[in-house]
This record gives sequence, structure tokens and C-alpha cells, in this order.
Amino acid sequence: MSIAESIRMATGDSPGGRLALARLLSQIEDDDPRGLEALNDLFPYTGRAHLVGVTGAPGTGKSSLVNRLVYHYRHPPTGEAPRSVAVVAVDPSSPFTGGAILGDRVRMRDLAGDPGVFIRSMAARGSLGGLARATASVTQVFDAAGFEVIFIETVGAGQAEVDIAQLAHTTIVVEAPGLGDEVQAIKAGILEIADILVVNKADRPGVENTVRALKGMLELGAPQPRTFRHHGALLESLLETKPEVPGTWTTPILRTVATEGDGVPELLEAIVRHRAHLETTGEWQRRDRARLQAELEALVAQRLFEGWRRRVAPAYYREILDRLARRAISPHQAAEAVLVGSGEAA
Amino acid sequence: MSERKIRVLVAKPGLDGHDRGAKVVARALRDAGMEVIYTGLRQTPEMIAEAALQEDVDVIGLSILSGAHMALVPRVLDLLKASGLEHVRVFLGGIIPDEDVPRLKEMGVVGIYGPGTLTKDIIEDVRRAVLGVSTS
Repeated sequence: MSIAESIRMATGDSPGGRLALARLLSQIEDDDPRGLEALNDLFPYTGRAHLVGVTGAPGTGKSSLVNRLVYHYRHPPTGEAPRSVAVVAVDPSSPFTGGAILGDRVRMRDLAGDPGVFIRSMAARGSLGGLARATASVTQVFDAAGFEVIFIETVGAGQAEVDIAQLAHTTIVVEAPGLGDEVQAIKAGILEIADILVVNKADRPGVENTVRALKGMLELGAPQPRTFRHHGALLESLLETKPEVPGTWTTPILRTVATEGDGVPELLEAIVRHRAHLETTGEWQRRDRARLQAELEALVAQRLFEGWRRRVAPAYYREILDRLARRAISPHQAAEAVLVGSGEAA
Repeated sequence: MSERKIRVLVAKPGLDGHDRGAKVVARALRDAGMEVIYTGLRQTPEMIAEAALQEDVDVIGLSILSGAHMALVPRVLDLLKASGLEHVRVFLGGIIPDEDVPRLKEMGVVGIYGPGTLTKDIIEDVRRAVLGVSTS
């Protein structure tokens, strides 16, 4: 049985398939050539899974939320078939030691023993954008193996953690009241990438302020019509509004208490609605194409750089570096010199 | 190929609720450059074997202070074997009476660490077990 065939049994009760899957994920993380070869064989089977990104500051309850969401996918209302779900949980690596504590599984007790669920923890291993370099490939393996929904959970506290928006079809940004997010919410970047905004721990004080701050930030981008009361009569607002273009997605703000399960069915329904929206508007294919193009160009850039690195004569390179360090030439001139000097076209 | 990372599962099987030791070891292993999947309290042997498989770990560190090690450890080892995970090295920490140590080692536990163990010794033993080399 080829690797591809055994992987594709992993969503069922096949223990051999699940072991092969786990080993392949390690090979991919470690840049093992066998992993790359298997990925090539598996790629034709990708493209069907719904990739759902879950990001937000530490302490907002992302793992607990993912735990409940997956549970609902696995235990749908009677009549529906449960979906198979994979979870990829990415945590930062220490920049000093290279090690990591991967603690997201702790919150996912409800999913233990379920053969239709596969949870894999990954360390970022030096990547800065919130995802590990291998995360996209790992999701491709789960996709090819037949998992229908793939959650990718990652820490996102600042403006750099937007890798997730490019990888996922649906990006959920999780906030929590009382973390000073009223100010954070105004910052660009992470809130702009949200397809769905969730205020978790909604039983805590300050939830209304958080919701209001998020609404305000969203409206800066797309003002909504308001009605004001004036002397008891309703007046339409004179604010300019963008006409509602059919097929646009309005980012909902949902409230949840993940530890109790409150608001989770509604969140699942919003995720399903977003998927349907992507498919009916053609956005699914557009994003897929854009993501694959980005991956292709990154690989091309990597190969070109490596090719140059192999070709450039070390002594010549050192000489250029010395001149650059003495400030005899500028960085741009140095780049020109090393590229031209190694036979590359300018 | 990138440098090989050692992946360690740290778990507390059974009903024992004292996790400070497990957390200290987890942090020490991280500081030694390892990737530690910390699964926390009240893990069943089935959950431990399942996590070990999905995470493709090299090592499992079990922390047991409840005295139930002679019941829990064999169960974990049996499940690992049944799942095709015989290569995973199992280490045990906690309150383990001396008279139980030979039997546990016979079952396949690689290292047993009581109170007062230096974390650097655990790190050394884990590296030797996985990479087969001495790092001193």
C-alpha cells in the first residue's frame, strides 16, 4: 500500500493509517525528502477540506473554543452525519533554546477517544508570522487524508500574526473582555483579517465595552445606517453609507462562553454560512488560487536563493561583505556585485 | 534537513492532582531545546497512548505521586505496544518506592526519578535514549 493510500484510511478506524499519518507529519516538519515525495503524491487529493483559522491573544480561550466547536461538528443535531475534524495547534518556540511547550491539547479533553478527530501540536520553530513553515503542508496532508474540517489554532496578539488569514478559508479572531482590548481593537492588522469575531468569556464584566469597541472598528471600514431618536421621533442617520453589495460578507460579532458551551452552536452556524458564502461568490477558488500562488512563489524564491548560494564563490562573497562592512559600497551595490559576480543576470 | 527536535509527551495519569513537578520537568525539557506536549492532569492510559500516536513523540514522561504506578504504567506500556509505539521511551517520575523500581525497569521503563532528581540528569538520559549519544 502506498503512503497515500494508507494516509487516506486515517480518518476511519484504521490504526495503521493514523500511525502512518503521524509519522508523515513529522517527516514534513523535519524537511525529510520522503515527506516531500509523499506530499507530491497526496496533493491531487487536496482542495476539499474547510480550513478554519482561530487566532487571538493568549488567554482569550481559543483552545477551549476549538474543543467545543470540534465536539459540535462531531455531535451534530440528529439526522446530519458527523464531519471528520483535524486540529493543528501552533505554539511559539523559544528563540533562545529552540524548545517549546505545546499545551493546547490540555483543553481538548472532550475529543479524546474519537476516531474521527486528529489533534497535532506544532512548534513555530523560528517562523514569525504565527504559523510554522510546515503548517500549510501539514494541513494539505490532513486534507488529502479526507478530514473535512481542519482547525488551525495559533497565537495572534500583534499585527504580524496574519499568516493565518492567507492559509485559512475562514478566520476567526477571538477576544475576551478586560484584557485591555478596547485599545487593541483599534489597531489594524489582526482585526481586519477576521471573517468572524468572537468575544469569548462573555460572562465576564466589560463584555459590552469590548463588543462596542469591535463594532466601532468594523464600522470605520463599512459604516452601517443608524437610526437616532430625536424628541421621540425616529430619524434616519445622515451618515454616508456604502450600498449593500450583494455577495459581501458582514463580519459578525458573536459572544461565547466556551467552558459552558454557550454561543458555540451559533458560532458553528456562522462558520458554515461563511463557507457557503465563499463557494457561491467564487471566493473559495480565488483564495485557493492566491494561496497556492503565494506558496509557489515562496518555493521559487527559496530555490533561486539556494542556487545562488551554491554558485557564489565564498572568497568573492567575503570580499564583497568586507567592502560593505567598511562602507566602501552600499547594500544595493553589494547585492548587484554578488549577483553579477556569480553569473546571475541583474 | 532541519535539526531534529526531540518530542516529549508529559502526562499525569490517574487521579493525582499534584502537577508542579511535571511542570518543572516540562519547562526544563523546553529549555533544553525539546518540544514538550503537555497534556496535564487526569489522563487515562488510553488518552496517553492516543496523544503519543498523534503527536509522534519520542518519549513519554509520566508523573505519578498517587502510588498507583504499578497499575497505571503496565496499562500504558501495553497500549503503546498495541498501537505500534514500542519505540517510544517511557520515563517515570514521582513517588516510586525502591522495591518497585526493578519490576518497572523489567517492564520497559527507561528511567525512574524521585524527589530531588536534577533536571539536567533527566535531560541527559532523554537525549541518550533518543539520540543514542552522550552529551556530556
